[in-house]
Amino acid sequence: MVAIADSVPKPTARFRFILDRRDVFGSLMVAPAILYVLLLVGVPLLMAVYYSLSAYTIYNPSWRFVGLSNFIDIVNNPVFRQTLYNTFIFTFGSQILGLVLGKFGALLLLRPFPGRKLVRALIILPWAVPIALATVAWEWMFDSLYSVINWTLIALGIVTRSNAPNWLGTPHLAMLCVIVVNAWRFFPFAIVIFLAGITAIPQDVLDAATIDGAGFWRRNYQIIMPMILPIVAVGLIFGFVFTFTDLSIVFLMTMGGPVGATSVLGFAGFQTGINSGDVSHGAAISLFMLPVLLVVVVAMLRFIRRREI
Amino acid sequence: MPRAVLTKMLRETPFYGAVAFFLVLAAFPFYWMVITSFKTNPDLYNVTHVPFWFNDPPTLEHFRYLFDKTLFTTWLLNSLIIGLCVTGITLVTAVPAGYSLARMTGRQGEALGIGIFLTYLVPPTLLFLPLSRVVAGLGLKNSMWSLVVIYPTFTIPFCTWLLMGFFKALPVEIEEAAIVDGCSLFGAFVKMAIPLSLPGILTVVIFTFTLTLQEFVYALTFISASDQKPITLGVATDLIRGDIFYWGEIMAGALIASIPVAIAYNLFLDRFISGITGGAVK
Repeated sequence: MVAIADSVPKPTARFRFILDRRDVFGSLMVAPAILYVLLLVGVPLLMAVYYSLSAYTIYNPSWRFVGLSNFIDIVNNPVFRQTLYNTFIFTFGSQILGLVLGKFGALLLLRPFPGRKLVRALIILPWAVPIALATVAWEWMFDSLYSVINWTLIALGIVTRSNAPNWLGTPHLAMLCVIVVNAWRFFPFAIVIFLAGITAIPQDVLDAATIDGAGFWRRNYQIIMPMILPIVAVGLIFGFVFTFTDLSIVFLMTMGGPVGATSVLGFAGFQTGINSGDVSHGAAISLFMLPVLLVVVVAMLRFIRRREI
Repeated sequence: MPRAVLTKMLRETPFYGAVAFFLVLAAFPFYWMVITSFKTNPDLYNVTHVPFWFNDPPTLEHFRYLFDKTLFTTWLLNSLIIGLCVTGITLVTAVPAGYSLARMTGRQGEALGIGIFLTYLVPPTLLFLPLSRVVAGLGLKNSMWSLVVIYPTFTIPFCTWLLMGFFKALPVEIEEAAIVDGCSLFGAFVKMAIPLSLPGILTVVIFTFTLTLQEFVYALTFISASDQKPITLGVATDLIRGDIFYWGEIMAGALIASIPVAIAYNLFLDRFISGITGGAVK
């Protein structure tokens, strides 16, 4: 196999012969990609860590080391604690909602019916379309005056125009709105992931279970769910990471408001680090995402590996 | 047997009802985009009108305004240039990397591949502060070229991972035959592996392009000059004058920018899914 190419000895040190050594050639091919990522992901990550431990602002770019004082500052700030809490609510709320919708959507799309391809194409839209643009459409649907949702509620006689909800202007409603929009963006992805998992299950396994007397729910929870768990775990990593670190939905719909009720870590880091120019505190806020992300990713990877063996 | 047909239909009602619920949930915001972008302003801003359809005849006024009076065409062009450059950079780096990782023996290639892929999960909101200093250091602040430099940080890991899967599916024997026949390793890669994995490479091109269109955080961080914005950022942030949202124009712009991405996703979805879950299901 591989030995075929190596069996001819190439002792000369001339350039093209070096290129014909499999290990050298392989390293050269992979080097540009690794260098690019190291330089523009690895180094910035270390810079972010250092910023968070320094007194760096864009007005006074000093690298003076201040230890953990930035972290102590932000943890003592009740606004930040609110932000941290919001981030978890936002992430878990939209992930759970998205997964439930995804599971049911996948069950529906599993069954052949006329027009299934078209339905699938339309259901994929929320995930395919750039989230910033879809968010703007939602913002327009939640408009304080011309909300189509309020118009419908009024037409149905559920609320009157004078006490119609101001979706993005009321703290709890605003949080609900950003959760719903994020779940809406995420659920087609969940559907696709579930579908990919379920269609990968060999039909004979399901048939055997049916013959042995397993009903719909039993097949669902004791055969299908355990078998698709690895693939769902991958989907969950994506969903969790991208939700936990999201900025665009909150930035475009609520600007963290009203009074910080929807501020999440990514948004707070942006406001402090970019808009206010306080890079060190902004970096400290952003870095609060790192331990959570590490735990999630490591846990998921271990889980996937254990199931594979 | 009309009775049997009737009971069958009744039995199917919940199923189709659920399908309809999902359809409305997923597609209504886009229907709303379409209907808003073709409505006249008096029709849009009148709470007594039924909002779901046209009360006045549809108009192209918003599209005309978008193309004539705003920087929309500039944004389109910017996005196109950014997309093409990023795709170029990504192909040049990720295709050899994916190939090399796929052909590495033992667990080393696999481990390195997972390592590269994990960098895709490092979020922009963690990196934007240092990267904005890097961009400023390169003199690219407020320029769309900053995005050309930064976007490969997520397209390269993603595409390397996808391509690794595609190349793994390619039988090694073909390249070995070429090498036995006198091809160099590089020759075998260029003349055998690349032509045979063109469908995979095409997928990568499409997804690199859509990823650059979807990105928002870096564009928002690095660029505030209107004429340098890519389309997503421009439509979402630049069509607001003070407190006034130009909803017709915003929705028209969002619609135009969404359509190509939506089509690309639907055409290449299955490859995409098998690519990202490739590590989990063998």
